[in-house]
Amino acid sequence: MINASNNIVEVNNVSMRFNLAKEKVDSIKEYVIKLATRKLFFEEFWALNDISLRVERGEILGIIGYNGAGKSTLLKIIAGVMKPTKGSVSVTGTMAPLIELGAGFDMDLSARENIYLNGAILGYSRKYINNKFDEIVDFSELHDFIDIPVKNYSSGMAARLGFAVATITEPDILIVDEVLGIGDIRFQEKCEQKINAMLKRRATVIMVSHSITEIEKMCDRVLWLEQSRFKMLGETKEVCAVYRAN
Amino acid sequence: MLLKQIENFLKYRFLLQELVSRDFKIKYRRSVLGIVWSLLNPLITMTVISIVFSQLFRFDVPNYHVYVLTGLVLFFFYSEATSTAMNAVLINSALIKKVYIPKYILVFSKPISAMVNLLFSCIALFIILLFSDVRFQLVNLLFPLPLLYIFVFSTGIGLLLSTYTVFYRDLSHLYTVGLTAWMYLTPIIYPIEIVPERYLFIVRTYNPLYYFLLCFREIVFYSRLPDLQLHLTCIGLAFGALIIGIYVFYRNQDRFILHI
Repeated sequence: MINASNNIVEVNNVSMRFNLAKEKVDSIKEYVIKLATRKLFFEEFWALNDISLRVERGEILGIIGYNGAGKSTLLKIIAGVMKPTKGSVSVTGTMAPLIELGAGFDMDLSARENIYLNGAILGYSRKYINNKFDEIVDFSELHDFIDIPVKNYSSGMAARLGFAVATITEPDILIVDEVLGIGDIRFQEKCEQKINAMLKRRATVIMVSHSITEIEKMCDRVLWLEQSRFKMLGETKEVCAVYRAN
Repeated sequence: MLLKQIENFLKYRFLLQELVSRDFKIKYRRSVLGIVWSLLNPLITMTVISIVFSQLFRFDVPNYHVYVLTGLVLFFFYSEATSTAMNAVLINSALIKKVYIPKYILVFSKPISAMVNLLFSCIALFIILLFSDVRFQLVNLLFPLPLLYIFVFSTGIGLLLSTYTVFYRDLSHLYTVGLTAWMYLTPIIYPIEIVPERYLFIVRTYNPLYYFLLCFREIVFYSRLPDLQLHLTCIGLAFGALIIGIYVFYRNQDRFILHI
């Protein structure tokens, strides 16, 4: 029997329904009819179907599956970005989402201003960012560009800054969505080191990746989603072997 | 539940500050005079309005240009606060889709930004007042009170509008048009006395802005203490709007992400 208190993330029977926006309505007549029958603009789409999952403290869980399998949706639900249509999610502890790095960057502001803005979006206080400011700049290696608007950055530079801001905390849970491939080889290694350092502190990681090698290298367990449904959950070796054979 | 909300707000209060300061940074970026514009702009606008309204239009109101200015300052605040707030969720849709943040913070930052602008306008108004016949009196110092009322009112309306704009995009166009009509239906450039009896209900009875404006003018323009009933009306309208706004926003906010 699983000790309930050791579960840091619990996902219970989660389903997520989206409305696919249809832009085109040809006539006013059609509009009125659809409005009356409540079919206007939308077609239902279930991005996740009855998914349950338990992640223990210190575990590294990988999520695999083809495009559109619902991997990112599941991560976003765990991260609290959206609420599931059915089911529930409970998370114990602090979380650092590495879902889209620099999601809150304002392109017109300088890197310095964006560190504060993006930090605030992640829920840091001003004092905390003041203390960590140099560390963020050092890690992103953007000393010479710190007062330049981010719109003039290359995408790699912006991603470096985003990674540096997002990983400055010491979170209990790290949520990683395909972001380990940013920057050049040297920076990727740096990112990996940073994540390994977090793992040493027994941080829990939930990661999505299309690189099965990366998953095999890092994860303890793997969840396989196929077309919004649960396909397989188990030891990395086992699941990856079946996935490769598929 | 409420305690958790407050805790969450405290955690994100720095975000609120950052959002407000971003509004200003973006506005004055790359301009030579920078922040000076926030005072210069209302001052010049008011000077122009004063000249136009004291020469061209003439109603039987002493210090007519000050009468107009007090009205415009308040209406521009309301108009800026609500129309920016109503689009706050949509404009930040990219952010909402990717990171968890309390969404009301995005909306709430807009009336605050507008409030900062309003304070600069008030300084400009004060400078204009120095050059008019309106005598300074102690009661004038109560001017923040009606501003506070209309701030709360605008926040409530902003929350309400931002929620429905997510689902019905046409609202933002409608509201722009509506605001223009609303401005002329509020006694800003004309005294209430010239309104025919049968239209009074639109201009006065069913127009919440009228009460805030009256309260502001009583204090700043007529240097009188507004009676208790007027205060209670303003407070009732302000908090009524706020409660409805919060209720509607909270009921719908989890569905935003499906529509943006």
